Amino acid sequence: MEIKKTAIAGTLESSDIQLTISKADNGISIDLQSDVKKVFGDQIESVIKDTLAKLDVKDAKVKAVDKGALDCVIKARTIAAIQRAAETTDTPEWEVL
Amino acid sequence: MAENEERLRRTMMFVPGNNPAMVKDAGIYGADSIMFDLEDSVSLPEKDAARVLVYEALQTQDYGNAELVVRVNGQDTPFYDNDVKAMVKAGIDVIRLPKAESPEMVEKLDQDIAAAEKQFGREAGSTHLMAAIESAKGVLRAADIAASSDRMIGIALSAEDYTTDMKTHRYPDGKELEFARNMVLHAARAAGVAAFDTVFTNMDDTEGFYRETEYIHQLGFDGKSLVNPRQIPMVNKVYEPKAAEIKNAKNVINAIQEAKLKGSGVISMNGQMVDRPVVLRAQRVMSLAKASNLVDEEGNYLEK
Repeated sequence: MEIKKTAIAGTLESSDIQLTISKADNGISIDLQSDVKKVFGDQIESVIKDTLAKLDVKDAKVKAVDKGALDCVIKARTIAAIQRAAETTDTPEWEVL
Repeated sequence: MAENEERLRRTMMFVPGNNPAMVKDAGIYGADSIMFDLEDSVSLPEKDAARVLVYEALQTQDYGNAELVVRVNGQDTPFYDNDVKAMVKAGIDVIRLPKAESPEMVEKLDQDIAAAEKQFGREAGSTHLMAAIESAKGVLRAADIAASSDRMIGIALSAEDYTTDMKTHRYPDGKELEFARNMVLHAARAAGVAAFDTVFTNMDDTEGFYRETEYIHQLGFDGKSLVNPRQIPMVNKVYEPKAAEIKNAKNVINAIQEAKLKGSGVISMNGQMVDRPVVLRAQRVMSLAKASNLVDEEGNYLEK
């Protein structure tokens, strides 16, 4: 899936994560801010990367501000941000959910 | 009418669908039903994000024995189709249709659910539905709406929209809702489905909340929609059977068992005939008593 524009999903409220996804041309890069980065940073990044891979996003710049989100929230916000960035919100990839 | 008619539905707690903190914690309060909302509590630009969030939470979070309900956006919105598809795929128990005004609207939802069940390989008929009555039109057609689908588990009165439609607003005594409450309740009973009363939004008025809950309990509603988990133990308290009721119900059930053993057709207890309504009431009292932890597995009353 191709990133067409910069898009945001999620909020800065507790238990949420805010993701900003924008165009890139050299693979995936993730800039993560989280109070629990030392312990959970790798896990959070792996959920984002897995979700990007499932949606076949090969090039993207991701900024993530985590406020203590569970994996299911990270996955949901990543999907929402990608669909917004790829302008496919109205035609979701059902098999990836 | 969908199966498990006798399921307890005292409390249906609203959970805003785009709020991760509330969505993840929704299972810890002991609500009989949890209703994730994709409609009024979610702003227009966040509809897609809420849908995905509720979907992913349903895949991973443990909500115990609660019946899981999602309120989708109305059929006149561009979000309805994808809401229904996503929630059927997620394996939700019940889809709640807002602003139901005719049996045709429920029939459309029924067909859309059936198509989605087929598309995503879910068991046909496994997704139930319910309808919210929110207008004069809906109230006047409540009986047809309640009986319009085999997937139907219940109908709910939604008083905020209804009172606006009636050119009034909500009063503390609830007199403006008298007709609607009775219509919705009768429609539900006639169709053999559950009846849910509307939310009570003034969290500071505990006395008013108890008064209203006792009133709708007396009328015969299965339970109430709630906006705050603090209201769950309050509703359960109102629906909790009294010690004497439990004792009587236990006697009725023992009398039936005894009569069955004897092979006797007519059942009498303390010289009085026990007929079907008495038995049904006794069974309901016992299931409420079990849910309130007032009896053990055998139905013996536990002193507090």
